[in-house]
Amino acid sequence: MDSHSIAAQTAEPAHLEHEHPAFLRHHFENVAQQREAATFGMWLFLLTEIMFFGGLFCAYLIFRNWYYPAFVAGSHTLHIWAGTLNTTLLIISSFTMAMAVHAAEVRHRGPLLRWMVLTIVLGCGFLCVKAYEWHDEWVNHHVPGLNFSIQEFTHTNPAYPGDKPLAPDMAEKTQIYYSLYFVMTGMHALHMIIGVSLLAILLIRARGGAFTNGHIAPVENFGLYWHFVDIVWIFLFPLLYLISRHQ
Amino acid sequence: MSTIVSLPDQSTARLPKVSYLNKEYGLKSWLLTGDHKRIAVLYMISITFFFFIGGAMAALIRLQLLTPYGDLLAADTYNKVFTAHGLIMVFFFLVPSVPATIGNFCIPIMVGAKDLAFPKINLLSWYLYVAAGIMMICVLTFGGVDTGWTFTTPLSTHYLNTNVVTAGLAVFVAGFSSIFTGLNFIVTIHRMRAPGMTWFRLPLFVWSHYAASILMVLGTPVLAITLTLVVLERTIGIGVFDPTRGGDPLLFQHLFWFYSHPAVYIMILPGMGVISEVISTFSRKRVFGYTAVAFSSVAIAVFGFFVWAHHMFIMGISNYSALVFSLLTMLVAVPSAIKIFNWAATLYKGSITFETPMLYAFGFLGLFTIGGLTGVFLGSLGMDIHLTETYFIVAHFHFVMVGGMLMAYLSGVHFWWPKITGRMYPEGVSRLAAVITFVGFILTFFPQFVLGYLGMPRRYAAYPPEFQVLNVFSSAGASVLGIGYLLPLLYLTWSLKYGKIAGPNPWQATGLEWQIQSPPLTENFDKTPIVTHEAYDYDWLANKTRNEVTTVG
Repeated sequence: MDSHSIAAQTAEPAHLEHEHPAFLRHHFENVAQQREAATFGMWLFLLTEIMFFGGLFCAYLIFRNWYYPAFVAGSHTLHIWAGTLNTTLLIISSFTMAMAVHAAEVRHRGPLLRWMVLTIVLGCGFLCVKAYEWHDEWVNHHVPGLNFSIQEFTHTNPAYPGDKPLAPDMAEKTQIYYSLYFVMTGMHALHMIIGVSLLAILLIRARGGAFTNGHIAPVENFGLYWHFVDIVWIFLFPLLYLISRHQ
Repeated sequence: MSTIVSLPDQSTARLPKVSYLNKEYGLKSWLLTGDHKRIAVLYMISITFFFFIGGAMAALIRLQLLTPYGDLLAADTYNKVFTAHGLIMVFFFLVPSVPATIGNFCIPIMVGAKDLAFPKINLLSWYLYVAAGIMMICVLTFGGVDTGWTFTTPLSTHYLNTNVVTAGLAVFVAGFSSIFTGLNFIVTIHRMRAPGMTWFRLPLFVWSHYAASILMVLGTPVLAITLTLVVLERTIGIGVFDPTRGGDPLLFQHLFWFYSHPAVYIMILPGMGVISEVISTFSRKRVFGYTAVAFSSVAIAVFGFFVWAHHMFIMGISNYSALVFSLLTMLVAVPSAIKIFNWAATLYKGSITFETPMLYAFGFLGLFTIGGLTGVFLGSLGMDIHLTETYFIVAHFHFVMVGGMLMAYLSGVHFWWPKITGRMYPEGVSRLAAVITFVGFILTFFPQFVLGYLGMPRRYAAYPPEFQVLNVFSSAGASVLGIGYLLPLLYLTWSLKYGKIAGPNPWQATGLEWQIQSPPLTENFDKTPIVTHEAYDYDWLANKTRNEVTTVG
């Protein structure tokens, strides 16, 4: 904070409305302070998100060490093409979101709208692929608690003839793999749904020119959130899909 | 160096014409407000409501335990009553108590800002609290929940047929209310300080809230995901905590206590902030060892994250990890002791006066010290095996939470009451209430140390007849304690209309909040203050009042 500008400001009457941009909220001294506070708040929020997913990653670490064969067998039933496609979609959507933030910075409304629409489309594409996968797992009786069957794991998986069938007690443990799979991808998908909804709201406001007048904090901070959700997936993809792929 | 300051004559004080209380009228102006002071008042009303519900549950518990065979409640009803007491008192009173009310009111003013960084998120946090509260009331009215406040698996996931899911979701939502409060505080303290308000000029109240906020922001999400897993295990049947599917109940304990141990520091740290302010003000001295007290708050926050497994010594964790966690538990006593010794050194050669907040603060010092020291007993492995799951542990955490935190809360409410409402509470009856609370508290919980040491287990609806005498003492104490808590409710409400006008600085305290009118303006300050003095600088205050003519209105 620049102490000179503060001193100058306090010397004058408190509210000089015409000198403030319309988006500066009354309790901030200046635009820089408002923007710094918003960004700092967003980073802190992302820290809470890391702790939220951290509990799941901790559980994953423990159970993967205990039940490694069950995790390999579970992982081998997933569609690796779907996971790869989704990873690609998300990485591209992070790029389009970064371009949207850039468009807001240089105050170009048209490109901003186009990049935002593209991000929404890619996010929805991700969710569609994810929904297809979940449906497939439901059909194959892989949902623990609702319709789980260990049948598939006590026999050799035709796609992986090298895998030995699991003993019944280890085959039971594939439920832990699927529990974690559904909770982790479910929580991630929930964050995607919230993200796409927020982006739709931002899009409507952006059409009115809300973020191309120098007030880019909402778009910038949403970008941080979007990249965070992307990074979570970057961890989920190898942990859930790529177990033992190097063998 | 101590300075003797006589309190100002209040007979000439008048209420200011415009303040945050009368700038706007109507229910809507309160329910849609972004003003941190109004949100603090909303919070104060809500947590008082839940405090008395939780208190009523405590009264039922003590009535039940008056006789050995539990003639009042059926055993499963008793389980629901103590669960409701625990859940409400922990998540709906203690966690938001000081931060969401006094902290919300004072922190922006103390750092010299017009409001918290995110006023709308602050309001959202209150609405989340209310939504969680309504869910909790639903749980109580539709049959209750009997897991204990700890949601222990597999009891909560497989064996109980009560409203575990609703209760779990209520705590989940309340957790997010607490996350948003903590997030707001951290950003405000980092980014909204007035010019000249350096980190080491901040009042210690702000430092302790900063430490507590770190715990809220880092710990609460882990509780959220843990409760999500419990709810999913109960509704869908996923198996992360279910041994029949290969899950591990001990993992639940680790994740739960990873939040719930730091949560006790979320509860106590803001109270410690109140005590620093009150002790300095009423002994007219700068807090001895300001830097040590400030950093001890941060140290408590850091150590607090590495002691959780001391709740699990008898649950089958390995001997080596038990040893390490026992050692770390001993270490966390050090920063707490630093605070106690520094407060004692602040009192030394101070000009001490015995206003009500100071009486509560003295209560805090004694009771919190007993609570803390018995915590060291429980942290030692051998003693813990004998004492855990007995009334010794109940007495221990009530000494810290009720004797410590509730005393600090009441101290803070009395201390800042003139600032919040513009009126004084009645001094005589409030001193009486402070003494009654202290006596009632000792009578209620001291016998429980003995009961626990003799082996009376916690959470049972009945007990062997030889424990009756001590239980009667405890129940008698609880009724005295109840009077001690009802009195402030009555006279503080009375004082809203009939209390003496306080004036801007009735205690001659040094914080920025005392240099503005009471009740404050909506924007707190006419112009952004420029801070040139250290915290608790009573010489600065004496010179300031000598040189300035204070005007009100």
